[in-house]
Amino acid sequence: MNMAKVTIKVNGKNHTKTVEDRTLLVDFLRDELKLTGTHVGCDTSQCGCCTVHVNGRAVKSCTMLAAQANGASVVTIEGMAKKDKLHPIQRAFSECHGLQCGFCTPGMIMATAGLLKDNPNPTDAEIYKGLEGNLCRCTGYINIVKAVKMSARLLRGGKR
Amino acid sequence: MYALNYVKAKSVKEAAGFLARNPEAKLLSGGMTLLPTLKARLARPTHLVDIGHLAELRKIAVKGGRLLVGAGARHHEVATSAVVKKAIPALAGLAGEIGDPQVRNRGTIGGSVANNDPAADYPAAVLGLAATVVTTKREIAADRFFQGLFTTALEDGEIIVRIEFPLPKRAAYSKFHHPASGYAMAGVFIAQTAGGVRVAVTGAGPGAFRWTAAEAALANGLKPAALEGVKLDSREFNNDMHADREYRANLVRVMAKRALAKLSGKK
Ligand SMILES: Cc1cc2nc3c(=O)[nH]c(=O)nc-3n(C[C@H](O)[C@H](O)[C@H](O)COP(=O)(O)OP(=O)(O)OC[C@H]3O[C@@H](n4cnc5c(N)ncnc54)[C@H](O)[C@@H]3O)c2cc1C
Ligand code: FES
Ligand code: FES
Repeated sequence: MNMAKVTIKVNGKNHTKTVEDRTLLVDFLRDELKLTGTHVGCDTSQCGCCTVHVNGRAVKSCTMLAAQANGASVVTIEGMAKKDKLHPIQRAFSECHGLQCGFCTPGMIMATAGLLKDNPNPTDAEIYKGLEGNLCRCTGYINIVKAVKMSARLLRGGKR
Repeated sequence: MYALNYVKAKSVKEAAGFLARNPEAKLLSGGMTLLPTLKARLARPTHLVDIGHLAELRKIAVKGGRLLVGAGARHHEVATSAVVKKAIPALAGLAGEIGDPQVRNRGTIGGSVANNDPAADYPAAVLGLAATVVTTKREIAADRFFQGLFTTALEDGEIIVRIEFPLPKRAAYSKFHHPASGYAMAGVFIAQTAGGVRVAVTGAGPGAFRWTAAEAALANGLKPAALEGVKLDSREFNNDMHADREYRANLVRVMAKRALAKLSGKK
């Protein structure tokens, strides 16, 4: 089986590893770099738990090979907070109780970051559509939508 | 993920050469269909030849009355392209309705058209707009390209380079999403083209097809009432746990009427 050297910039830092060609980006992050904040919920491209940003766009890292991300810049949930200061989206999810078990949350936050980049002030309907690729089995989504709205306000420099 | 060998092609030409030498190799574009297929062990290619990063496949432009979309253009790029929105807004709208944002950030038009999933959206637009599929070997008219369930006119080793859409006078697409997957339970693309009205249906049957009876009925005006009682042969329609044949046949009529309503500016 083929092995190849892959260099990926993750959360601002370059990492070079020699991995099997079949290595999924999510396995590269979790197994090689021990960045276990990115979760695997379904492994079938449905749930969005594994969402990370590749060159600034949200993708499902269970459905991309590490080799496809060779040379790319990746941001994971671990790259969101600045030292002890939560990212505004993390703060909003926490304050709005946008989670229960928290399993879907890293993916929800990365998907929210992607949505708000394209649309800084989404309506409820636009939030439903923007998070269509992410499933949550706990919350019923109501507080997640609230958290996205608060995130949008915080990111636009407004108050909670 | 099971064992595989990955090759990053430096150009379309190099990819074509590699495929010619390795008949069991497969192209990898966005990977949103192929990687799940490999995980499910429904395919076992010797190599994956990645063309998803090639800039030569990502161009979008209008030239000589046609909209040219490179095979590697991602759904998100087509959905948000100012060129596409101006030339064929219905196509940009269709791309924006595919799957979810993460899928649209990776999936490509070439991969979707080559795959020809019976519930995929792009085949309806390619057929409805009488587009031409340009490959490394030839140009294939949409009417000859789609050949039913996951089957196309593509030969082994043939790579889609771009799709050329003649600009329609007007066009609209209406889709009934499967609530979980986002795929089309039924999708209808209606276009007024230089060659007349075309009505293409996806999601309902074993592959996208033209509803010729509806085309004839709409020839004298794009009015929803013209569709009343128009024959729709649903004997071969998909009959599965998501929807039965009769339900899909009804959805086709409803989606066709909604597309017509969009054409007349009514929601
Ligand atoms: C959760 C989810 C939801 C989805 N929802 C929808 C939906 O609502 N509507 C819809 O239409 N689709 C949907 N899709 C499918 C999606 O649009 C895929 O992106 C698309 O079908 C395949 O494109 P790709 O670029 O990912 O191709 P890949 O997966 O890379 O390739 C697919 C096939 O095409 C071949 N191929 C790729 N490029 C070329 C080329 N240039 N020339 C010749 N052959 C080529 C490959 O060898 C492979 O056999 C969904 C997918 C997922 C995972
Ligand atoms: S683990 Fe990737 S989408 Fe579910
Ligand atoms: S909080 Fe448990 S899955 Fe979303």
